[in-house]
Amino acid sequence: MRARHLAGLAGGGVALLGLAVAALAQGGGEPQRAIPDPQSGRHFATPETLEIQDDDFQNPAFLWVEEGERAWSHAEGSAGKSCASCHGDAAESMKGVRARYPAFDAKKGRVVTLEQRVNICREENMGAPPLRIDSRPLNAMTTYLGLQSRGMPVQVDISGPARPFFDKGEDFYNTRRGQLDMRCGSCHEDNFGRHLRADLLSQGMSNGFPTYRLKEQRVISLQYRLQGCVNDVRGQAPPMGGEEFTNLEFYLAWRAQGLPVETPAVRR
Amino acid sequence: MAAPIGQPRVRLPASAKAGEIIEIRTLISHVMETGNRRDQEGKTIPRDIIKRFVAKFDGQEVFAMDLATAISANPYIAFPFKVEKAGSFEFTWTNDAGEERKSTAELKLA
Repeated sequence: MRARHLAGLAGGGVALLGLAVAALAQGGGEPQRAIPDPQSGRHFATPETLEIQDDDFQNPAFLWVEEGERAWSHAEGSAGKSCASCHGDAAESMKGVRARYPAFDAKKGRVVTLEQRVNICREENMGAPPLRIDSRPLNAMTTYLGLQSRGMPVQVDISGPARPFFDKGEDFYNTRRGQLDMRCGSCHEDNFGRHLRADLLSQGMSNGFPTYRLKEQRVISLQYRLQGCVNDVRGQAPPMGGEEFTNLEFYLAWRAQGLPVETPAVRR
Repeated sequence: MAAPIGQPRVRLPASAKAGEIIEIRTLISHVMETGNRRDQEGKTIPRDIIKRFVAKFDGQEVFAMDLATAISANPYIAFPFKVEKAGSFEFTWTNDAGEERKSTAELKLA
C-alpha cells in the first residue's frame, strides 16, 4: 500500500514526494483504497442471475426474509422478549444498520459483525441461546435486517478505537496464503473482470451479503463465502465468527464503502 | 425423515379481465435433496423432493407438474392462465413422503 502510494506520486515531483514521506512518518494517515471507484458484484453477474435478484418474488432469498420477519416478533428466551419488544418496527429501527456494520462495540472492546450483534442481543437482552453462525435462522434474521438498508450506501466507521481491527483485517487481506500462495487481491484487485473458469472474477465487494448463492441453493453469510475463498487457494480457513474473519469483514466493508447495500443479492 | 415443506409464496394479479391471460407465480421453500449426495460419513442422503405440483381453479385441475431430482432447491413455478370468471385457486405441493402443503388465492374480475 505504501509503495503504491509513493509510486503514484513519484511523477508529481520531488516536493510532493517529500510531503508524502512526511505524512507517512506521522503514522500512515488515511488508508487509500486500491480500487477507489468500486463496482458491485452485480456488474460481473450474468443477466439471468440479475433477473432473479431484481424480482423480489422470484428471488429465493425472500423465503429467508419472510422467516426473519416472523422471527423478529417471536418471543424467545428467559426474558420473554422478541426483537420487536425493544426495537419495534424493523422497517424503522433497523434502517441503515446493515450499511454501517461491522462496527466497533465499546462494551466488547472490539469490532462486531451484524451476526454477532444479533447473538449479543439474544444472550444479553433476551436470555436466548446464540444462533450458530451461518445457520438458517441467523441468516434469515440478517437477510431480513439487511433488506431494511437496501439501496443505502455502505458506510462503516474505521476511525478511533476501530482502527487497529481495520488494520488487522487489511493485513489478512494482503497476506498470501494457501498452496496457491495468493492474497485476496490476487483475484479481486489484479484480475477482476477476467474469467476464472466459467465466471467473471468480481472485485470481491461485500455489499450484497447475505446472498442467495445458486451453487449452494441457499442464503449464505459473508464469512461462509470467505471460507470458500480461502479453501479455493488451498489454504486453511479460520473459523466463521472468529476474530480473523470478523476483522476481514470489517476491512471488506470499507473497500465497498459507498456502494449501495444490495441484500439479498443472488449470485452463481 | 422428510424435511418440512416450507411456507409457499403465491402471486397473481389482484384482478383481471375476462379473456385476459395472466401469469400465476409460485415459490416454495424446500431442500430438493437429490438422493445422489453423501454426507460427511459417506452415507447416502436419502432423496427428498417435491414430487408434484397441482393447481386447481374452483376444484378443476388447470395445471400440474411432475418435478424431478435435477430441479433446484426452493422451486419456482410459473404458468399462464386464461381468465374466464372469478374464482379461487388451490395449489398443492406433494413431497416424496406424500406430505402435502396447500395454499389458496382468490381471483377477482376487473
